[in-house]
Amino acid sequence: MGFKKRGAAICLVVLLSFVLIGNWGCSFNKIADSDSVVIWHWMTDREDAFNTLAAKYEELTNTKIKFELFTPSDVYSQKIIASAQGKTLPDVFGILGKKRDAASFVKAGHVLDLTSYMNEDNDKWRSMIFDKALSLGEFKPGNVFGVSAGVYAVPIDLMNVQMVYNKSLLKKAGLDPNRPPQSWNQFIEYLKKLRANDIGGFASGWAETWLIDSFALNYAFNIMGEDKVMATIKGDASYNDADWIKVFKLFEEIRDVDGLVSGVVTMDNKYAEQLFSNEKAAFAYNGSWCVNVYKGMNPDLDYCAMMLPAVTRKNPMVIWGSAGAAFYVNKNSPKAEKAVEFLKWLTEEDQQVFLIEETVNLPSNKKSLTKIPKVLSQFADDLNSITHPNIWPYEESPRVTETFDKGIQSIIIGEKTAEEVAAEVARVKEKILAK
Amino acid sequence: MSSKRISNYFFILPAVLIFSTFYIYPFFKTFQLSLHSWDGIQPTMQFVGLANFKDLFLDDKAWWSSMLNAGYITLWALTFQNIIALILALACDKALRIGSIYRVIFFIPPVLSEIVVGLVWKWIYNGDYGILNHWLVSLGLGSLASDWLAQPSTALTAIAIVHSWKGFGWAFIILLAGLQTIPTQLYEAAYVDGANAWRRFVNVTIPMMVPVFIMVMILTILGTMQGFALILAMTGGGPAGHTEVPVIRILNSMKNSQFGYACAQALIFGMILVTISFIQIRVSKFLKQE
Repeated sequence: MGFKKRGAAICLVVLLSFVLIGNWGCSFNKIADSDSVVIWHWMTDREDAFNTLAAKYEELTNTKIKFELFTPSDVYSQKIIASAQGKTLPDVFGILGKKRDAASFVKAGHVLDLTSYMNEDNDKWRSMIFDKALSLGEFKPGNVFGVSAGVYAVPIDLMNVQMVYNKSLLKKAGLDPNRPPQSWNQFIEYLKKLRANDIGGFASGWAETWLIDSFALNYAFNIMGEDKVMATIKGDASYNDADWIKVFKLFEEIRDVDGLVSGVVTMDNKYAEQLFSNEKAAFAYNGSWCVNVYKGMNPDLDYCAMMLPAVTRKNPMVIWGSAGAAFYVNKNSPKAEKAVEFLKWLTEEDQQVFLIEETVNLPSNKKSLTKIPKVLSQFADDLNSITHPNIWPYEESPRVTETFDKGIQSIIIGEKTAEEVAAEVARVKEKILAK
Repeated sequence: MSSKRISNYFFILPAVLIFSTFYIYPFFKTFQLSLHSWDGIQPTMQFVGLANFKDLFLDDKAWWSSMLNAGYITLWALTFQNIIALILALACDKALRIGSIYRVIFFIPPVLSEIVVGLVWKWIYNGDYGILNHWLVSLGLGSLASDWLAQPSTALTAIAIVHSWKGFGWAFIILLAGLQTIPTQLYEAAYVDGANAWRRFVNVTIPMMVPVFIMVMILTILGTMQGFALILAMTGGGPAGHTEVPVIRILNSMKNSQFGYACAQALIFGMILVTISFIQIRVSKFLKQE
């Protein structure tokens, strides 16, 4: 090969390398250079509604809004983390995870503090939104995460997890379809009767451990009260305590009456939803999003929502709930102000009503609540009883939570007793505390 | 340095850049992260030395259970899957007229998506409406019907069977290719010497196939130990962690924002796989010399 040819080849190789690296860099800067306010989300069911609202907003304000969908939620979550590391977050994004994840984003300087916007004009924006929904994206003074106090997230809608029951199946079993079980003992009696009539009892996607976790913790709040639950998470009380054993015993009871549908511990929630909508189970534990899901699966399904039947009246029954979707504004975005303005508009009554009509979710705007469908209003009735780990002052270690949830699965499959699980969780907790 | 040498270095530069960026850097970064506690988001990481490894070796029973689970599925794949693959490869090697059709049929399961296969088999195994239980009842074996994936006694084996069904096509193709490289003269010579079919198999086929067997074994072990999509689709690691495998544990650590710990798990897992492969290669060399 002659010198000229070799030189040309070297130039080509170097050029290609630059092109490669250049393109790489360009792709990183693409988001920052865009004219639109870019919003990354994960909600397939809300994609069309978001795009319609974006078009409407552009018409009104001449500000372009670009919703970009990334699914499934696991992938979305990893994408957000990777983008935070690469400093390529969009103008608006969601954080799917626990409070500590949101805290990490805030501490790393990725999230804009919205407190001043919320408090403008005598708390105009803040007063529009349900306090409980807002508190999920709020950090109180002196929080355990060390985050400066403030509101960091805008809830677009709400969700809570409750019990639903099939009225036709209750009737078929000789039970009053207008009088669902009022207590845990009555619930167990209902399940016995249903099983005696060869009707599937209770379904839930308990392969998804957060559903077990929420179910069990709801009853923990009911049996021992919030203070004791918090004391346990903090490390001042033990999981080996009699009250915790009572919580675990509930799963033994429901197992012993054959009240759970077959394979509940390896069942994802989608399958549990199919079972309930196909009338293969009379009860289900599911989130308020199920109204939309059941409507799609079986529009004629005759069902109602109810609070979980309490074990005792000593303490109030709580339900898990949180912002169904909450958006955070990128602190480093040059379009942060525009993004905030859009989110304000999105949480106004008209837009919230439009979202309810399109997606059948609970709105975050207080005034929109009057315009929701019947079953959804049964979910909405109990919004004051909402709790969620994201608003608790302490957070349980993931390993303890894992042992707790797997322990309950073990009880359901008859592998362990309530006492054994309580002891095991307590042991893991002690190890974590010792560290 | 001569201009020729410099130009040579320029030519390998893109390859070196790509290899360094996508292989060497991630490896060292993984090692670095494994020595830290990091949630994946904050710019600062807390150095914890070997604490993640200590935690993994001494405190994480679920991790070692997941290793055992993966080992159990691998054992099924090494025996059940590969023996079936060998039998089918031997059958196809005997110049069956429709051998090529079988080759295509046997290779269908490996090209299917693991998630799709997992979901289909989840339905087959379903305790209430599954075809398997339906057949058992139809055959008068209703007492054997079970909720296969929800019972700890059957869940892992049920997954191992599906994994073997899905994976035997790869082994079949490799073994068939190996069988076709054995010179027919060897079989003819053995036949002339009075060797029956079994003796020919034991004294000709097996010795000639040892390197292929070793390769199939290495690929089976690496592929099975690292498998997880099938399990995610079928059980999600349940019931109560009875079907969890190491990759699911690593994934869970990452989901829990324990990136440092996840990297420690990944490193240990990688080292175990490299050690197993290294031992197999040494054994292969030893057998070749023999």
